[in-house]
Amino acid sequence: MRQAPHWDDFIFKGIVYLILLAVFCVTFLPFLNILAISLNDATDSVRGGISFWPRQFSLQSYETVLGDSQIWSALRVTIARTVVGVPLSLFTITMLAYVLSRKDIIGGKTLTFIFLFTMYFSGGLIPYYMVLKSLGLLDTFWVFIIPNLVNVFYMIIVRTFINELPHELEESAKIDGANDLQIFLKVYLPLCLPVLATVGMFLAIDQWNAWFDSYAFTSSMELKTLQAKLVQILNQADTSQMTSGANASIRQAISPQSIRMAITIIATLPILLVYPLVQRFFAEGMTLGSVKM
Amino acid sequence: MRVELASSSFKNKQAKRDKGETWRRLKSAKYLYLMLIPACVWVIAFAYAPMFGLYMAFVNYQPGGEFWSQFFTSKFVGLDWFVYFYNSGDFLRLMRNTLLSSAMTILISFPAPIIIALALNEVKNKFFKKTVQSVAYLPYFVSWVIAANIFITLLSSDGMVNGMLKSLGLIDESILFFQEKNYFWSIVASANTWKSMGYNSIIYLAAIAGINPEQYEASTVDGANKWKQMLHITLPSLKPTAIILLILAVANVMNTGFDQYYLMQNESIMATADVIDTYTYRYGLSQGMFSYAAAVGLFKSVVSIILLTTINKVFKRALF
Repeated sequence: MRQAPHWDDFIFKGIVYLILLAVFCVTFLPFLNILAISLNDATDSVRGGISFWPRQFSLQSYETVLGDSQIWSALRVTIARTVVGVPLSLFTITMLAYVLSRKDIIGGKTLTFIFLFTMYFSGGLIPYYMVLKSLGLLDTFWVFIIPNLVNVFYMIIVRTFINELPHELEESAKIDGANDLQIFLKVYLPLCLPVLATVGMFLAIDQWNAWFDSYAFTSSMELKTLQAKLVQILNQADTSQMTSGANASIRQAISPQSIRMAITIIATLPILLVYPLVQRFFAEGMTLGSVKM
Repeated sequence: MRVELASSSFKNKQAKRDKGETWRRLKSAKYLYLMLIPACVWVIAFAYAPMFGLYMAFVNYQPGGEFWSQFFTSKFVGLDWFVYFYNSGDFLRLMRNTLLSSAMTILISFPAPIIIALALNEVKNKFFKKTVQSVAYLPYFVSWVIAANIFITLLSSDGMVNGMLKSLGLIDESILFFQEKNYFWSIVASANTWKSMGYNSIIYLAAIAGINPEQYEASTVDGANKWKQMLHITLPSLKPTAIILLILAVANVMNTGFDQYYLMQNESIMATADVIDTYTYRYGLSQGMFSYAAAVGLFKSVVSIILLTTINKVFKRALF
């Protein structure tokens, strides 16, 4: 007995598409809005009312931003911390994950607990700052790298992956006379490439997006990252941006909105570029991570 | 094998052999321990040294001089800083802001990914589905700096939101979203949801993928429409995941996050926009009241770990 298609199914479908269209608009339109503002003439932007298309098209904001040596310096620092930080973190994390995945190591359970505990309890900002200070890391480039060497959450993802690799590999390599370091470097590290790609992408995004360490732990202008620079500009713009009726010429002198938006777009662009690459790893990262949550 | 053999011999002999055995195993694993050195140095320096440094919450630490020597010679004041915090007018305000804005965030950001996952599941058009997914995941990957910039721009007096409300005739005068303290919690809750809803829907989609398709076929035969199927098959299958995520969110009410509050707050709305994390930052790093800020931070850490362990225990017993 076949039933005619329910007409209420059509309404249902309509609601589903409507919800998803709303989700699409809510996430996409804000980006379009800042793009439009950044491509609009800076002086004209002050009048407001730009939605999805620039009213007076101009690349002036981008020229101003890219003509600023501080922005280039910030871009260099951001790239440097990503390029230096990601491989170092990746190596440390994988090495730790490998050792903790070994069933035969004495004290393995305790070690795992020592690392996991740090996910739930921390000394907090102030003692952390004091430690950075006493180690002489404040206002150095290494404050972006060394404190980020290990990430326990990513370590668990890598360890879960290693646990699923056959352990006979280890035994046969041992019979061939390899020591543990060699087994890790020559057997396990190459096999981990898929998970390393995932975690590496996440680490790169973290390094690129980090702002607080540069903002609070460094004072030299040469160590400000793009995101930290953006925070400074945001702070300056704060009061003028949020109060209405402020003198437009003062506002413009402090930080025209279009220029702020241009920097925002420049800081977002690399994320957009690697985005298609990263996307196929998302689900993986999410589900791998949830195994041990 | 070796251990089994040892258990059959004399006790002292066994102990000796076990000791030898342990030593032999330790020695044969020397490379493994060597490989642990970087991570162990890291965890001691950046995770446990700060915990040890929390001692400064119980002394009157004065900045200047070498940190650790200053640290041990500072006057011990016991729980004075905690009492000071409790008696200051800030305690109640911070707790209210922290708890209520967290609650508001949960209220919106908990159901949002479930609804998105349910809707995505009903879409057969691959291109449409992929496009919506790609765009919805994106905010998760941009920094809070960018997200805050976007929200401040959208909600500014001449921004897009005010423009839309005006053209719809809902308001005549621009709403000053960042000047009026009553809006802040909703703004943070929306921003949190905007950033995470797409990405968090992945976990629900994974749960949906695990449903046996025969269930749907059987219900179609019984004459159930799409709506009924969603209500009686898809939704119940999400329940375990949803409960776990809700528990985690509730256990984390104290951990509001720092970035979104710090980046979007301003002088005129501090009454609602100040939370424990931003307060700690302001008193500690900006004003140099290190011991006081450390005490406030410790208070938060302790409350949140107690919450996490009790909620975890209670629910584990109740559910699993």
